[in-house]
Amino acid sequence: MKVAIVDYGMGNLGSVRRALTELGVDVIVAERPDQLAAAARIVLPGVGSFTDGMAHLDARGWSDALRERTLTHGIPLLGICLGMQLLAGAGSEGGNGTMTPGLALIPGDVVRLDALGCTLRIPHVGWNAIVPHGTPPLLAGIPPQTDFYFVHSYAFRPASASHILATTDYGVPLTAVVGDGPVMGTQFHPEKSSRAGFRLLKNFLEGIPC
Amino acid sequence: MLKVRVIPTLLWKNFGLVKGVGFDSWRRVGPVLPAIKVYNTRDVDELILVDITATREAAEPDAESVHDFADECFVPFTVGGGIAGIEQIQRLLRAGADKISLNSAAYANPRLVDDAARRYGAQCIVASIDARRHADGNYECFSHAGTQATGRRPDDWARELADRGAGEILITSIDRDGTMTGYDLALVECVTRAVNLPVIASGGAGNYEHMRQAIQDAGASAVAAASIFHFTEQTPAEAKKALAAAGIPVRPGYAAGPA
Repeated sequence: MKVAIVDYGMGNLGSVRRALTELGVDVIVAERPDQLAAAARIVLPGVGSFTDGMAHLDARGWSDALRERTLTHGIPLLGICLGMQLLAGAGSEGGNGTMTPGLALIPGDVVRLDALGCTLRIPHVGWNAIVPHGTPPLLAGIPPQTDFYFVHSYAFRPASASHILATTDYGVPLTAVVGDGPVMGTQFHPEKSSRAGFRLLKNFLEGIPC
Repeated sequence: MLKVRVIPTLLWKNFGLVKGVGFDSWRRVGPVLPAIKVYNTRDVDELILVDITATREAAEPDAESVHDFADECFVPFTVGGGIAGIEQIQRLLRAGADKISLNSAAYANPRLVDDAARRYGAQCIVASIDARRHADGNYECFSHAGTQATGRRPDDWARELADRGAGEILITSIDRDGTMTGYDLALVECVTRAVNLPVIASGGAGNYEHMRQAIQDAGASAVAAASIFHFTEQTPAEAKKALAAAGIPVRPGYAAGPA
């Protein structure tokens, strides 16, 4: 199976590439949107700010390509950390007070943790337990309360609760996993979450009907 | 609930792992790669690697070796030592570091913290502070592996680093380093009170009770340790059991088995 990692200039792709390679798939580090056509799965990683991330995606034609692959062709897409937040309709990070439009693949917005009422230390860094909502295939075989590695200051607030596949508790409930059809995302880093993370990636590769 | 992290610190010098006392008197404790593999197999929470050669000799951080280490590491991996500019940060992140730790360079050029945080995100910038306690009870930050006094107080400096965009603070007591006599709790607490960032306590852990104190008494979000894991039979997994028994949330091993 060919899996494309979107290389749009936002941070370290190495750990995602290594984790996918470890799972035995053929990894394409896509530097141009046309390279996505060959992929049966797409991973959108990324660290940095929402506004920078969207600027990079829009400037190189990634945004249209990602919408086309997922919405028209039903190719499963997994956003990780910033890549998950960019799936939203809009985000406040880096916008100097205005909301920056996102990929709008899952309705909702991305706001700072304190705007959600969180009074704990920010960023939210470390291992935190997730609670699945229902039994999403992406989380098959992963027991409730399994810990994953989070590091973020903003969180995705989906417009519809039905798009929240799992939450985590950091003083307030935070969206940990989102999903709508072929479009999925994790706020945590599965590639840095040891065995539980590998299980989730394996589910994304094998357990999601294309 | 967020778990308290137990983080082995690996000090890397001249191609091997070392451990010293008071930032000096280094002893070789073995090669790097097998240590990373073992910690990865044992499912540790996170690893910190500090390149002491780069710090001391103003050498370039060794990105090629970091690449080899990162290949074996599927938990968060922080790399520090000798990082003086954005290009080096980029090289280390590309090589597979998840976070980088800045220390000496931040005193000479505090804007490096702003630039790095803006470019790569606060979440991958760990600001590392090494401090000594003076006879009058005041603390002072030291740069260049503890060799140069900076005239700065750790709480003020931590606040400035937080304002400039650091995502975590790693506070190390030079006096306690390698002594296994316990963290300098007053030092850790002065930093945890000064900032609203996660703070990693470092320097002095000799037993699990010391770790409990750093967390419950001094407010640390994570504990880093080296000697205790190199020179005693104590392990990160056992540390977490002891912390759990004291009512501290820790991450148990993943029970569902390999993927």
